[in-house]
Amino acid sequence: MSNEVLQLAGVSRTYGDGAMSVAALRNVNLTIHAGEFVAVMGPSGSGKSSLLTLAGGLDKATGGEVFVEGTPLGGLSINELARLRRRAVGYVFQDFNLVPTLTAAENVALPRELDGIPSRKARRQAKDALRLVGIEDLADRFMDQMSGGQQQRVAIARAIVGNRRLILADEPTGALDSATGDGILEVLRSRAEAGAAVVMVTHEARHAGWADRVVFLKDGRIVDEAASQQDPSVLLAGLAH
Amino acid sequence: MSIRHSLLALLQDEPRYGYQLRGEFEERTGSTWPLNIGQVYTTLDRLERDGLVEKDGDDGEGHVIYSITVAGRAEVMGWFAAPVAATNPPRNELAIKLALALTLDGVDVGAVIQAQRVASMRLLQDYTRQRRSAAGNVGAELSGTAGSGDINDAAWLLVLDSLIFSTEAEVRWLDHCEGWMARQDVGTREKAKPITGTQPPQNAETPVSKVGSK
Repeated sequence: MSNEVLQLAGVSRTYGDGAMSVAALRNVNLTIHAGEFVAVMGPSGSGKSSLLTLAGGLDKATGGEVFVEGTPLGGLSINELARLRRRAVGYVFQDFNLVPTLTAAENVALPRELDGIPSRKARRQAKDALRLVGIEDLADRFMDQMSGGQQQRVAIARAIVGNRRLILADEPTGALDSATGDGILEVLRSRAEAGAAVVMVTHEARHAGWADRVVFLKDGRIVDEAASQQDPSVLLAGLAH
Repeated sequence: MSIRHSLLALLQDEPRYGYQLRGEFEERTGSTWPLNIGQVYTTLDRLERDGLVEKDGDDGEGHVIYSITVAGRAEVMGWFAAPVAATNPPRNELAIKLALALTLDGVDVGAVIQAQRVASMRLLQDYTRQRRSAAGNVGAELSGTAGSGDINDAAWLLVLDSLIFSTEAEVRWLDHCEGWMARQDVGTREKAKPITGTQPPQNAETPVSKVGSK
């Protein structure tokens, strides 16, 4: 398939040297296509967060290669990497990581403006992104005027602004109550259906249930995958009213 | 599952015949627990014997209509008022399997857990997908022309939620078992002849058959 958005090819990440070294990831192979929602699960220390930071170019692999939209991250300079991240990769954090002194629209427009996009155009793109996550009418609110669920929607808008096709989410529902968390999963799901590749780290099985594919990590290795039944007619046989 | 009380509760709504009762029951529970029509008529016979329902003529096409009696209404009220009794834990094949795996030499308990986790996770994905689809229907009905179907679809949503939460609980319990074993350093002894590979266990069927077998 040619619509690969993220590819990890034999990726390893080792911290430290010699006898003191710790392998966070060991020879991980994973390909994620446009339109796919993938959840990553595993016990603490299994390498979930390492996988996400490597995929987002926030850290460098010590072995293998990470490709984002076909570009190998290993050979990029710091500036090139930063530019690719702003253009192609959106990151969603558990604690939102929004700037409290900026409005929702300003938070979302920020990465675009850093990328040299004229302010007016960046604001327009920010409004578009806020509309896609269902809070266009809250564009001028500051963070302390918004609920946790609304702030996380701002964070997702910031992750997708400018049509970035790779969304990486690290426990994005962690700080939210159950119903609000479901709303966030619905937004991530709809972004995947609109063509983004979404990778979500979670320890909650019920949240991973929203994904097309669940990847299980253990001791830095992918040990299994669970994919939803692809044929809905199989699923619904016998459940039809 | 109390078919007896379920049928009685449906008769409290209005008099109905057997096929109608089956249809109403399945409509409201998303056909999660299919009823066979023989069960329905056997149950109606017993309810009649116990004075909780009575025959009320037919619909002109040969279907015998049943209606609820005063004693039947009291029985339904009592059923809704009383909590579901859980005096004996329901038989849990997975818990039994894991307990035996842990105590027998030569069984790779970790592999048993992982195979089940993958199967349960897949089930959770399937339920979640069905729930999104059902929630979409309910939303459409509530915002559009609300028919008689909307409340039944909402009931089906709650049944799906119940399936989702119990499957989630199963996965959490598997995580817990694995974590506990890692801390105790058990389950890894005598692994010379593991008898379980990475294939899902035989009972990891589709959600429909898993539910239907209960």
